[in-house]
Amino acid sequence: MTFPMIALTDVSRIYSGGVAALRSVSLRIGHGELVAIVGPSGSGKSTMLNLVGTLDRPTSGTIHIDGYDVSQLSDGRLSALRATTIGFVFQSFHLAAKIPALDNVADGLLYTGLGRPERRRRAAAALERVGLGHRLDHEPHELSGGERQRVAIARAVAGDPPLVLADEPTGALDSVSGAGVMELLHELNAGGTTIVIITHDREIAAGLPRQVRMRDGMIVSDSAVESEPWPAGSGVTA
Amino acid sequence: MTGVERPMPVPARMSLRDVLRVGAVGLRTRPLRAFLSALGIAIGIAAMVGVVGLSSSSGAELDRTLSALGTNLLTVSPGTTLMGEEAKMPTDAEAMIERIGPVQAASATGKIADARVYRSERIPEAQTGGLSAYAVRLDLPATVGATLRSGTWLNAATEHYPAAVIGATAAQRLGVGAAGPDTQVVVGGVRFTVVGVLAPVALATDLDSGVLVGWPVAEAQLGFDGHPTTLYTRSEESGLEAVRQVLAATANPEAPNEVDVSRPSDALAAKQATSQAFANLLLGVGAVALLVGGVGVANTMVISVLERRAEIGLRRSLGATRGQVRTQFLAESLLLSALGGCGGVLLGMGVTMGYAYYSGWPSVVPAWATAGGLAATLLIGAVAGLYPAIRASRLSPTEALATP
Repeated sequence: MTFPMIALTDVSRIYSGGVAALRSVSLRIGHGELVAIVGPSGSGKSTMLNLVGTLDRPTSGTIHIDGYDVSQLSDGRLSALRATTIGFVFQSFHLAAKIPALDNVADGLLYTGLGRPERRRRAAAALERVGLGHRLDHEPHELSGGERQRVAIARAVAGDPPLVLADEPTGALDSVSGAGVMELLHELNAGGTTIVIITHDREIAAGLPRQVRMRDGMIVSDSAVESEPWPAGSGVTA
Repeated sequence: MTGVERPMPVPARMSLRDVLRVGAVGLRTRPLRAFLSALGIAIGIAAMVGVVGLSSSSGAELDRTLSALGTNLLTVSPGTTLMGEEAKMPTDAEAMIERIGPVQAASATGKIADARVYRSERIPEAQTGGLSAYAVRLDLPATVGATLRSGTWLNAATEHYPAAVIGATAAQRLGVGAAGPDTQVVVGGVRFTVVGVLAPVALATDLDSGVLVGWPVAEAQLGFDGHPTTLYTRSEESGLEAVRQVLAATANPEAPNEVDVSRPSDALAAKQATSQAFANLLLGVGAVALLVGGVGVANTMVISVLERRAEIGLRRSLGATRGQVRTQFLAESLLLSALGGCGGVLLGMGVTMGYAYYSGWPSVVPAWATAGGLAATLLIGAVAGLYPAIRASRLSPTEALATP
């Protein structure tokens, strides 16, 4: 790869009112990595996720996602980037009520320009991939928490995005379901998808190849950099 | 290494079907709310379509009535003299009018001033029931277009004897159901046998509350002076204006100024125009109802946007552009009001058909009313949805996602 999946250079995000959620953060994540961003609440990790997910723009510094300079893209192009490149997994799943799992996942492809039959076909394949091939017609309230998060993951990966961002994916789950979801994310990563998981759970972070620890809007440690010099190194381990 | 030259990502266009499907999501997940806010629009549209439909139906009915009755009937009645007294027309007025070229038929009635009408001799004198006795010519029904509900019309024999034909209102007031040899009424102190009952006469409503007796018997037994009080003429449609101009001078050559000429079908049309003005008022009320319905839709959409912040955030994270979010809520608003509009048009047509059927009118809903109703609906939907849709599209995705 000639460019990293994610490249943050001196990124700051200061909210109106003067609260600095991120202070001059630089981070590189290569293609195919599986990274945990760990930190207590208020450490700036959610801000980081929003910036990396192009849902928010930095106050200063530059962000490149898949080679694109985010600050150079209009809302429309940024939206297209999200539609094709980034899959989101949220702590609270964000599934549409009263809509079958298949259509929930298919709706994730609504903004990719694919026709409805193709969206549904890919959605079925994605649900198959997360082990819910037998739950296509179930509505969210008929599924367990773990299954709902699997549906949400299926929605995130249905379009085969190179990057998946997961915000506390196990936060609302019991430990068994949580372990199942982590296993699934590992499998997706093994298939080549870059995955960034935001968590405050050190145990979960410890199970991932690379951990970036945050506190007070700054990166306090990066396991990839401890073995190589930072910031000179590429930060790519895979 | 960071500024790699690559093709820029381009947002995909959504197909119209997808836009409609996404727009319908809010309606499907909250059907009751959608139904109620569509109902507001429906009531407004139904009111407007119903008002237009009913007034066009009654207009069509009037046209039908007029073409059946004919608009070529002119009536002549005595006005007042220069001294302010009631004028009298000459006894040979009818014969003179018949000599006008385009006149096809002429007939006359004469109000018998002193003859009161009672059901029997036992009725107190004051209770006249507002009925009048008229001496009539035998060709009256043919000229004014009167038909009998029961019995027969007077003939050359019965006009010399105490026989009467009574009008529809008179029959009701006197309590006469049908004509018969045993049914008698008292006219000017003389018993008359009711030989016929008229159906309501649209162009000569005076006859409805009249008791009609033969000209000779009126002169012989009721003290009738022989002066006609109303002359009815039918003329060729093309010569109607010409007849109208000479009618007064012909009916009373000595004093043409003492004669009033009128066209009864004009009165019917004027009545129609009055009810048209009332219909316009109702149309305004319907428009207000529609406006209120539109405010209801706007309110629903604002609430919908507030409630669905998380959904909006999710859609943005899935790659929806601001424009696509705006389109979604605009489509929802349009669908909502179109739903109400279609329901309202159907409801309005149903009301029109039901009422027209009940009244025996032809039911007419003009196409412009239907099309205009639907167009107004879509306009209202667009206006009501615009602000909420813009608000939804301006929502920051991160804020929207932070909402639980």
